[in-house]
Amino acid sequence: MIHYIFLIPLLPLIGFLINGIGWRTIPKNMGGIIGCGAILGSFIVSLGVFFEVNTPGFHTQIIPLFDFIKSGKLNIPFEFQIDALSSLFLLIITGVGFLIHVYSTSYMHHDEGMVKYFSFLNLFVFFMLLLVLGANYLILFIGWEGVGLCSYLLIGFWFKNRDYTNAAKKAFIMNRIGDLGFLVGMLMILYTFGTLSYQDFFKNLHDAPKLPASTYNWIAICLFIGATGKSAQIPLYTWLPDAMAGPTPVSALIHAATMVTAGIYMIARSCALYELAPLVSNIVAAIGLATAIIAATIALKQYDIKKVLAYSTVSQLGFMFLALGIGAYSTAVFHVMTHAFFKALLFLGSGSVIHAMGGEQDLRKMGGLGKKMPITKITFLIGCLAISGIPGFAGFFSKDEILSRAFASNPTSPYLFVMGIGAAMMTSFYMFRLYYLTFTGSFRGTHEQEHHLHESPFAITLPLIILAVLSIVGGYVGLPGVISEHHALESFLSTAITNRSKFHLEESTEWILMTVSTLAAVFMIVYAYTATKKPNFAPTTGLAKMMENKWYVDEIYNAIIVKPLQSISGLLDTWADKKGIDGIVNGVGKTVKWGGDRMRVLQTGQVGFYIFIMVIGMIALFSISFLLVK
Amino acid sequence: MFDLSILLFIPLITAIGVLFCKNNSQVKWVALSGSTVQLLFCVELLKIYWEQRTAGNTIQMLFQQRISWFKPLNIEYYIGVDGISIAMILLTAFVVFAGILISWKIDKLTKEFFFLLILLSVGAYGFFISLDLFTMFFFLEVAVIPKFLLIGIWGSGKKENSAMKLALMLMGGSALVLIGLLCLYFNTHTVTGQHTFDLLAIANMHLPIEVQRFIFPLMFFGFGVFTAIFPFHTWAPDGHSSAPTAASMFLAGISMKLGGYGCLRVAAYLLPEAAHEYSWIIILVSTIAIIYGAFATLMQTDLKYINAYSSVSHCGFVLFGIGMLNQTSINGAVMQMVSHGVMTALFFGAIGMIYERTHTRMVAQLGGLLKVMPFIITVFVIAGLCSLGLPGFSGFVAEMTVFMGAWQRPETYNRIATVLACASIVVTAVYILRAVGATGMGPIKNKEFLTFKDATWTERLASISLISCLLLIGIAPFLLTNLISPDTKIIMDNIARTAILK
Repeated sequence: MIHYIFLIPLLPLIGFLINGIGWRTIPKNMGGIIGCGAILGSFIVSLGVFFEVNTPGFHTQIIPLFDFIKSGKLNIPFEFQIDALSSLFLLIITGVGFLIHVYSTSYMHHDEGMVKYFSFLNLFVFFMLLLVLGANYLILFIGWEGVGLCSYLLIGFWFKNRDYTNAAKKAFIMNRIGDLGFLVGMLMILYTFGTLSYQDFFKNLHDAPKLPASTYNWIAICLFIGATGKSAQIPLYTWLPDAMAGPTPVSALIHAATMVTAGIYMIARSCALYELAPLVSNIVAAIGLATAIIAATIALKQYDIKKVLAYSTVSQLGFMFLALGIGAYSTAVFHVMTHAFFKALLFLGSGSVIHAMGGEQDLRKMGGLGKKMPITKITFLIGCLAISGIPGFAGFFSKDEILSRAFASNPTSPYLFVMGIGAAMMTSFYMFRLYYLTFTGSFRGTHEQEHHLHESPFAITLPLIILAVLSIVGGYVGLPGVISEHHALESFLSTAITNRSKFHLEESTEWILMTVSTLAAVFMIVYAYTATKKPNFAPTTGLAKMMENKWYVDEIYNAIIVKPLQSISGLLDTWADKKGIDGIVNGVGKTVKWGGDRMRVLQTGQVGFYIFIMVIGMIALFSISFLLVK
Repeated sequence: MFDLSILLFIPLITAIGVLFCKNNSQVKWVALSGSTVQLLFCVELLKIYWEQRTAGNTIQMLFQQRISWFKPLNIEYYIGVDGISIAMILLTAFVVFAGILISWKIDKLTKEFFFLLILLSVGAYGFFISLDLFTMFFFLEVAVIPKFLLIGIWGSGKKENSAMKLALMLMGGSALVLIGLLCLYFNTHTVTGQHTFDLLAIANMHLPIEVQRFIFPLMFFGFGVFTAIFPFHTWAPDGHSSAPTAASMFLAGISMKLGGYGCLRVAAYLLPEAAHEYSWIIILVSTIAIIYGAFATLMQTDLKYINAYSSVSHCGFVLFGIGMLNQTSINGAVMQMVSHGVMTALFFGAIGMIYERTHTRMVAQLGGLLKVMPFIITVFVIAGLCSLGLPGFSGFVAEMTVFMGAWQRPETYNRIATVLACASIVVTAVYILRAVGATGMGPIKNKEFLTFKDATWTERLASISLISCLLLIGIAPFLLTNLISPDTKIIMDNIARTAILK
């Protein structure tokens, strides 16, 4: 199967080309079939690759395709790398991606640009596959930039709305700021180690004589800046909630299967580097935790169903970075996987709700939808249970692993664990607040909307059901140490990434931690129930108001970054360029013209005057030469 | 062997043929067939060149021809090509081909318009194949005059002023080049006993460092004016915005590359020690151009001004790559010349197509055009994406190569400059997305827009041929680097040798 690896990205690319070129002539159904078929094909190949990788004695394979950049000593080939990490991501991307494609065939059926939509969707998956398949940082960067573009195209898909295109622009530019960091990090790797290929780089890291710690730190921090952009961490997270402007399946794709997981993938991939940069690892953990908490506080007070989910993604990504920062790389990947299942489920579920509500996204106008949409309700509930970390559901295993390892990384001062639990408690609260406000109670929307309520068609509910099943069983590949000695996922990944330590805990301690986090989650679910029983939508004040307004971060960025930059460029344009440089240029011209005007006066046209000047000139010349000779 | 002079004869005959045409449609078809033949001929040239190289022909310049032109001063018609010049010639052929297709609807003095366009291309072709500095200068001048007329007659807005400004500033640049050229000429006899304009012969002389120090700024800034070097860039925005579409394409796509090519081939190659000494100034000036151009673009409201200022920024990368003085960065500079040439031609082409329909280029008055003319706006978006350095298009690989080369210079000064240059990718994204968003997306502002027709076949053909170039280089950049690497290595060796000698 590995010989056919090139098919994995190629199929979506072909799908993109067919749908993209023929978007005006291809019928909608045909476009949907091409789009879904391409991803299904990739998924099947990925499955084959996965099983091949999952056999004992498998070694990382490099599949060279062609030369890419070649210049002097510099040679960066275009090649793919297949190992445990990339094969797992392939499965997540194509698997969840395929379900989202199927869902879209129904969700986007009324849209006139459906074929174009599928072409963009395929392109998105293509770039994401390139990102995880690449055997060096440059190919990763190509995919990295590519998903940025596709997010721009898809977020701004309904381009007639100016707000949507602005959201798309913001997403791209925020990502670009991160990309700058990544680019510089990449240049540093190339300069210091003479290669961008993972294998050579890690080998050099291992074999080469120790370089000063600052070298590793600089590279690691630059790469991490890249990750904060793509994976929406402080300070570059604000694009992700705005990215809700796109069609809902796109949000599911961006938030669950692709794009935002790129940063996690990249750092997990570079774990050998981060092991040599403990300072940066601490920063990663701190930023991750801070993002998890801040995003969760914002999610508490949002009324837009997708906004709540968006901030919850930011928060969950924070958990993953916390795991990366403490050196539990496989745990982060584990959470990526479970999160892909339940977040895709929740987004697609919310899409089903929005679909039924005729485009309404405001929680204040929903309520009691469960009666009309049983499948959506039950699957959504499973998603909420999973993300809240209720035992038995996928999210429990991965989140608990993060928290217990955060505790184990420094058992003497368990502040990481305590703050993590705090963020997790908020998670359960806002998710169940969302659930209760949407599906229970009585309907608060207009009569017309109530009349329109219906369960979504099969193409929408089927992906929901599959994802719900995955959100339950997905966690059993990583059982906690107290239950099973064998951690299937960790041992699978161990050929590709190495954790910092074993994160060993006493059995009793682990039981306690697990109980604490479960009780906390259950408590918050009950609390959310009481809090939403009589929903109060009065305008908030004080702290709550700040949360509702997202801590005014957008406004602050606007005031301290956007505005000053605008005025600088305004000054450059009017003063430096138009008045300064161009002024000088025009001034030279004017001076010459002025000089010419003055000189013209001498040309009187009177012969007598000319002779007079001539005589004076001759006298002057003679006297000068006379004086000089003397 | 291969007769390079045909490269000049085809456009010359076409230009003369245009003059004998009876009506506009004949003019266009003659011009188009002439440029198509030229394009095919250039591809053939590439093929034969490549065969020669793979057969092991390692002479620096292939297909040389030498005819004495003015014996007493030792001026010769001396031509020959290497990989770099072939890359530039192909670029020219593509841009000319696309430019003629885009101008299909010109109906004012059609004959004269096409005559001047083709004459301009003769200058460019001649410039890129010249190995004699005087001949080179001659062709440089040939390429300036038609621009003045093209803008002054067929332009828009304050066209007379812009035409004058452009012509005078470019003439100023060539005056500097001429002085430098003569200084060079009068210093050649100290080595061989005879004055010469022979480029290859001069390259092998070791001119005293004092001489180089004096000539280098003249040459570099002289050619630099053509490529809109900071602070001699103000002709570019005014000139581009007033020029008719095809002239803008030629101006930014070809003419600005004459400058970059001159800086590399004449300034850096012939005066390596001075290039080494002045490297910090080149880096300073080009970094300013990159950042300054990008920020100035942010404030522009006219689509052509946006692309003109962004060209200042992008051409900064060419000089930046040259200033960093290593093979990778110089490769990057050449790639950036080719990439920017094609990209900017496409960009101006798309702007021209929009302007022709809407009769405005003001961002504030446009909007929602994607709905009305999807093809044109898609072309516009693709040009924009290439400009902001998106992988898959040539801009990405060119800029990456420049960056990778630049980072090989570990001095703090160069590092800071490189980081600043890298930072421009963020600003570029801002202004490109703003332009794209304001033009194509959003609600349609003007009901009249709804009646517009999408691109014609000529416009489609022109766009698709340029886009194919962008994609080809973007996906398989090694094709281009394999072509130019041996020759950038020769230039680099010349620089390295003198640096070590010192």
